[in-house]
Amino acid sequence: MNREANIFLNCLLGLALILTLGMSAALEAADAEQGRLLYRENCAQCHGLEGSGKGINAPHLEVAPRNHTDYEEMNARTNEELFKAISEGGQAVNKSVLMPNWGHTLSEEDINNLIAFLRKLCCEQ
Amino acid sequence: MFILRNIVLLTLTAVPTSLLAQEAPIPAIAEACASCHQLDRSEGNTAHAAPPLFYAGNKYRQEWLEQWLQAPYRLRPAGGFFADHVITEDGIDSVDEASLQDHMAVDSSKAADIADWLMSLTPMDDLLAASSDYQPGSVSPRMGAMDFVKFKGCGGCHRDTPEYGGLSGPELYTAWQRLQPQFIVSFIKDPRAWNPDSAMPSRGLNDGQIHKLADYLKILTNED
Ligand code: HEC
Ligand code: HEC
Repeated sequence: MNREANIFLNCLLGLALILTLGMSAALEAADAEQGRLLYRENCAQCHGLEGSGKGINAPHLEVAPRNHTDYEEMNARTNEELFKAISEGGQAVNKSVLMPNWGHTLSEEDINNLIAFLRKLCCEQ
Repeated sequence: MFILRNIVLLTLTAVPTSLLAQEAPIPAIAEACASCHQLDRSEGNTAHAAPPLFYAGNKYRQEWLEQWLQAPYRLRPAGGFFADHVITEDGIDSVDEASLQDHMAVDSSKAADIADWLMSLTPMDDLLAASSDYQPGSVSPRMGAMDFVKFKGCGGCHRDTPEYGGLSGPELYTAWQRLQPQFIVSFIKDPRAWNPDSAMPSRGLNDGQIHKLADYLKILTNED
């Protein structure tokens, strides 16, 4: 391989690295332990204390809350999609209006902490 | 710059002390309540054990308060803070009824005195006044119920009849009897402005939408 192609390739790699780091930075800084507490206080009333989608309100909801321990379902969603669903509510992601829009109540940091916790819950066992 | 910062710091520290100075001491009749309820704004309510009462005068109707204290009935099907009263079996949550205590009752003269004192606690006058343009109106029971359950999702956490609705929030079929109309409007608008620990989200509804929901709570009481 010639020198110029090599430099070009290295730059490309560097750029890709910066992009990935930048995107995961918000979540890396996020605190899953903080997210666990927020989940217990806000989400568990419908999604359940263990995140199975079977909270005390679940039998009274016409649409069943998402099971957050379902690896397949949760793995199919990007962090951006999760952020949108939490912040803007179920309706914003073509799901039920019964999932509230929490963006008026929780900060961006809170929501990122929740996503960090959700990732542990669904996919780190 | 340094001096300016110190002045700012000084003013900031001065505010809470002056607030504290205004708080009246808790009278002997209400001392028993303080072990569970937040009666003082500065105290912080990290325990979640019971609803805060330090703004009782901005929240309740005095007649209801006086009666309920003599013959309390359950308002929150899952207790003060739901997560403290839930058992999970095979991932399925249910209310741990055995962990729910009956509320203490007091005799009629004590109830009158306590209600009097609680109604004097009005630190949220300004917040309440922001909802003063609400004029209670009417809504058809069918439309009201549909809005409450299907469109706004309130029924997921609240019962609008003794049989129907979620369990984590207080029942709302007696809400109009116990709560001041402006409080209802203000709380739906921004629950955490009242209680930073609230498990109820603000949905960013506009005044018209909130007034319609409040009207629905009104007809729940007037119907029977
Ligand atoms: C052992 C703890 C405890 C003590 C002591 C106690 N309370 Fe309560 N109180 C609670 C709990 C828990 C609730 C929530 C009950 C419910 O929603 O059904 C509650 C609910 C209330 C409510 C209704 C609140 C609302 O807005 O839903 C009022 C009013 C009240 N208490 C007043 C008092 C007064 C006044 C005293 C003292 C005479 C007192 N309580 C003593 C635990 C306590
Ligand atoms: C995710 C669950 C949840 C949803 C959805 C919800 N609430 Fe609540 N609500 C609560 C809880 C929990 C409380 C108890 C007070 C607190 O936590 O501060 C409450 C308190 C209230 C109160 C004050 C009642 C009292 O006695 O103190 C009113 C009024 C109310 N909600 C109305 C509504 C309306 C109207 C809607 C629909 C727009 C709604 N809520 C949606 C959970 C919810």
